[in-house]
Amino acid sequence: MTPQQNPRDDTRFTARRALVLAFVLAGASALGWAVFSLPLDASGLTGPALEQLAKSGVTNPVTAAVLNYRGYDTLIEIGVLLLSVLGVWSVAKADTFANPPPASPVLWSFLRLVLPVMLLIVGYLLWIGSFAPGGAFQAGAILAGAIVLWLLADAGRTPLPRAWMLRVALALGLVVFIAVAVGVMLPGGKLLEYPPAHAGSLILLIESAALVSIAATLAALFLGGRLANDSDATNSAKPQKGAR
Amino acid sequence: MKLDPVLLYALAGVGLFAIGLYALIAYQHLLRKILALNVMGSGVFLFLIAMAYRAPGPVPDPVPHAMVLTGIVVSVCATGLALALAHRVHAETRQMKLPDESADS
Amino acid sequence: MSTLLSLFDGVLLLSLLWLAWRALAAPDLFKGIVLFIAFGLLMAIAWVRLRAPDIALAEVAVGSGITGALLLSALARSRRLEKEQAEQGSDRE
Repeated sequence: MTPQQNPRDDTRFTARRALVLAFVLAGASALGWAVFSLPLDASGLTGPALEQLAKSGVTNPVTAAVLNYRGYDTLIEIGVLLLSVLGVWSVAKADTFANPPPASPVLWSFLRLVLPVMLLIVGYLLWIGSFAPGGAFQAGAILAGAIVLWLLADAGRTPLPRAWMLRVALALGLVVFIAVAVGVMLPGGKLLEYPPAHAGSLILLIESAALVSIAATLAALFLGGRLANDSDATNSAKPQKGAR
Repeated sequence: MKLDPVLLYALAGVGLFAIGLYALIAYQHLLRKILALNVMGSGVFLFLIAMAYRAPGPVPDPVPHAMVLTGIVVSVCATGLALALAHRVHAETRQMKLPDESADS
Repeated sequence: MSTLLSLFDGVLLLSLLWLAWRALAAPDLFKGIVLFIAFGLLMAIAWVRLRAPDIALAEVAVGSGITGALLLSALARSRRLEKEQAEQGSDRE
């Protein structure tokens, strides 16, 4: 068996797959017929969303929907981000770069050009998200991309930051969001009901914390498991019988 | 003939979902299944945004946009977790597919 | 103008469906993942066409970029593991 291709995993068309195809085609036709029965002109929630835009604290309707009208969804989503890293940490250990190749000058001069521009774009997207297309999620993903690029070029030569710094970065978004969500209840409001005068600044605060968390989460997912310098995590790992 | 773009994109979303579903059921390699799940997710998002495009006026409905934005981020988290689990399956059972029902461990 | 737009839509959607199929059915997983990254980029064009620029940004950065990096890293990891397990198997024999 070649290491490249497991022979059981072929993509030929067998009789069993013909049956699956028939089933999927039947389901897809039913869905397609349902699509034809939908009205082609439906405003949905556009009207109310645009009417309340003045009170939401931002001018971009998508950002208003994400962080104000559907703020609870976003709160839970940031919780899901944290949960996924915990899941990955409980299942696998991060790759170690065993034999890093010598540092490539071409790659590093490229990164020296590209990484500062990426950081500039991250800051720009975070700020402009309130007024134009952009926002914390897009900026966080680009920051994560910059971190991944650096990790790939560095290949384990530089030791990673201490474990507690990563944990703080991962939890920051959720903590700040919950703090703001509960904090607006103190003067007598309801959960996540930002006062319209301060809604813009609160949203920017939440987005900044979420930016750090999203970038840290995506980078941690890329590393693929517990880090070697994370003593709390590795002490609880039980010995395995197979290769890892 | 002018085909309404909403219809075209919604049908394409259904098509992507069907392609992903077939690949999810038919192929055994775990990485292929994870790719198929991502394609299915993209199909659903395409359908949702096509529905949001129906709004009259220049601004589409922002609420499905918010849902899809959340969905894309959750989708990548699920992919990350699924890849870690697939790696564990590979390490424990020495192959990148779900263990057969008939084999006892 | 609108027939041209419908033509553009048609070509875009057909390439999207074709790319998705080729990515999933590619015998070589590396090719499949690269095609999936290209699929993400075409999706971003579809989002812009549907007046969803925020989602286009997110799709390119997250769906194409980060997911592509995750998948390629997992593929490399699994091939490394296969080689290790093959060596361990031959050592035992």
